[in-house]
Amino acid sequence: MNQVSSAVELKNVVKKFDEVTAVDDIDLTIGDGEFFSLLGPSGCGKTTTLRMIAGLELPTAGSVLIHGEEMGLKPPNKRPVNTVFQNYALFPHMTVAGNVEFGLRMKKVPKEKRSELIDWAINLVEMDGLSHRKPTQLSGGQQQRVALARALVNRPKVLLLDEPLGALDLKLRQQMQIELKNLQREVGITFVYVTHDQEEAVTMSDRIGVMHEGKLLQIGTPEDIYERPTTRFVADFIGRSNFLEATVASESEVVLSNGDRLQLESDHTVGESVAITVRPERLTVHKRGESSTNQHQIDGVIDSVVYLGNAIVYSVSIDWMNLEVRSSETSNSRYSEGDAVTISFDPQYVSVVSG
Amino acid sequence: MKKLLEKKSSSAGLEQQAVKAKARQGFFVGLPSIIYLLIFFLIPLGYVIAYSFATRSRTGRTELRDWNLDAYVRLGEEVVQAVAWRSLWIAVLTTVICLLLAYPLAFYISTRRPVIRNLLLIGIMIPFWSNFLIRTYAWRVLLSSDGLFTRIVEELGLGEGRILFTQPAVILGLVYGYLPFMVLPLYAAIERIDWSLVEGARDLYASGWKAFRRVVWPLSRPGVIAGSILVFVPSFGAYVTPAILGGNKQSLMGSYIVDQFMDARNGPLGSSLSVLVLGVMLIGTLIYFRQGGRNL
Repeated sequence: MNQVSSAVELKNVVKKFDEVTAVDDIDLTIGDGEFFSLLGPSGCGKTTTLRMIAGLELPTAGSVLIHGEEMGLKPPNKRPVNTVFQNYALFPHMTVAGNVEFGLRMKKVPKEKRSELIDWAINLVEMDGLSHRKPTQLSGGQQQRVALARALVNRPKVLLLDEPLGALDLKLRQQMQIELKNLQREVGITFVYVTHDQEEAVTMSDRIGVMHEGKLLQIGTPEDIYERPTTRFVADFIGRSNFLEATVASESEVVLSNGDRLQLESDHTVGESVAITVRPERLTVHKRGESSTNQHQIDGVIDSVVYLGNAIVYSVSIDWMNLEVRSSETSNSRYSEGDAVTISFDPQYVSVVSG
Repeated sequence: MKKLLEKKSSSAGLEQQAVKAKARQGFFVGLPSIIYLLIFFLIPLGYVIAYSFATRSRTGRTELRDWNLDAYVRLGEEVVQAVAWRSLWIAVLTTVICLLLAYPLAFYISTRRPVIRNLLLIGIMIPFWSNFLIRTYAWRVLLSSDGLFTRIVEELGLGEGRILFTQPAVILGLVYGYLPFMVLPLYAAIERIDWSLVEGARDLYASGWKAFRRVVWPLSRPGVIAGSILVFVPSFGAYVTPAILGGNKQSLMGSYIVDQFMDARNGPLGSSLSVLVLGVMLIGTLIYFRQGGRNL
C-alpha cells in the first residue's frame, strides 16, 4: 500500500464510552486531496470518528494514521489537522482577525507572515472588511466562513468538518456546499466531512462512507452508494427506495413473495431471504399488455397519483405491497387511479441486499 | 380621512395614559421598599456625610454648624494613613488569596456532573446557615494556644502556631468568611463557558495551559472581577473579624471608625473615615460595572 498517497488511515478503530460502543472496528483509508464524507444518522459514530482523527477523543483500540504517521496518544495540538466545529466554536472575546490569527500565534509564526496569511484566509472566504468584528456581530453564514478561515489559515494536511452547515438555512446551505467544494479544489487540502444530510454528501464528496450504529457499512463514490447500495440501510438512508422481499433461488435467480422469478445476480447463499431494492425513478410504468423490452416485469394497479411539477409519483399496488414509481413523463401517457399497469425495470439498477 | 386621523390621535393618547398608569403602578409596588431605604439608608447616609463636615465641641458632641473640612484634613494624618494603608493591604491580600483558592475550586465544581456540582455548591453555602459572629469565635478557639490549628501547625513543625491576635489571623478569618463570595461568581462565570471553545483552541495548536490562558481565563474574567469586588469591599471595611481575631494591636478601618464614634467621641472624623471607605467601595463597584459592560 502506498503510504504517501493516503491522508488519513483508520485501522480497526474502536471507541467505547463505558459499555456503549460508539465506533465499532472501522477500517478506512482517505486519499490525499480527497473530499471524503462520513454520512449517517445522528448517533451513528461519525462525529466520534472525526474527533478521533482530530485527537479530541482517543480510540479504545486500533490506530489512526495521518500521512502515514501513527498518531497514538498525540494531543490535538500536536496533530497536522484542523477542525471546523458544528457550532463553529469561535472565540467570542476575539475579533475575526484574532480568531484567524490564533492558530498561527500558537505555532509561533512570525508577525509579518501572520498578517499575510490572515489576509489570504479572510480573502479566501470573502470576509474582507469584517476582520475587526466580533463573532457575535456576524450572521450564521459569516461565522461559518470565519470558522473555515480560522482552520484553513494553518494550511493543515487534513481539514475536518463536523456538520459545518447544519445551522444554516436551506438556501445558504446549498450555496455553501458549492463554495466549500470549490474551496477544497482551490486549496487542495483533504477534507473529511461529517454530515447526516445525504444530499449534501452526494453533492460535494469524491467518496462517501455510510455509517450506522458504529459500523462503516459502505464506502464508495456518490454514484456507487446511490446506484449500488450493498445493504438495506444504505439504500434506505440515501434517497428513496423500494424493497421487495425475496428468496435466493440460485446464483442468478431470486423468487419474489408471489412466486415470480427474476433473473438477478447475487452473491448471497441459496435459500437466504433477501430484499431487492430499486429506486422509484428506475421503475417504468406501462399499460398492462403493452409489451416491454424488459423481461423484469411485475403486474400492478395504480393506487395513487401525486403530481410534483417535474415528476409524477405513482403508488402501485402489486398484491402484497405498494411500489413507489417516479416518472418524469408528466404530460403524455398519465395514468390514473385504478389503471391496470405493468412495472418493468432494468436489472443493472437493482441491488440484492440482505433482508 | 379626518375622522380616521382623530381616531389615531385619541388612541395615541390612550397609549400614553396606559404607559403612565403602568409607571404609577410600578411606583406603588416599589413604595414600601422606597420608604424603607429612605428611612434606614438614605437619611443615615445623609447624616454621616453632614457629620463629616460638622464641628466637634469640646465635650465631644457633634454640632451641625460651622461647616468645615477639618475631619477630611485629618485623614492625611500619619495615624489615619497607617490604618487606611494597612486595611487596604489586608483587603488586597485577602482578595488575592481568595482568588487563588477559589479559582481551582470553582473550576473543579463547574466541570463535575450536575449532581456532584449541586452537592459541592450546597457545601460552599452551608457555612451561611450559622451566624458569622459565631463562626469567627470558633476560629478563636481553633487558633488559641492549645487550639487544634495551633497544635497541628506545631506538630507538623511548620513554626510558630500561635497566630491569634496577629495580622495572619485576621487574614485567615477574612479569607474563611469571604471565600464563598469569590467561589460563587467564579463558578457562575466558568460554568457558562462553552467547552467546545477549549477544544477549538486545542485543535488550533494550543497546549492545555495556553488554552486556559487564552480562552478560559479571559472568558471567566467577569467572574474574577465580580468575586474580587465582593471580597475586597467587605474586607476593606471589615469590623467583626479584626475585632475578634486581631486583638487591639492592629487597628483597621472598621474598628478605627468605631473607636472614633465611641471612645474618642469624634463624630466628624468617624464620618469622614466612613465617607473614605464608601468612596473606595464606590470606585470598586464602578470598575465592576464598567468591566461587566465591556465584557458582554
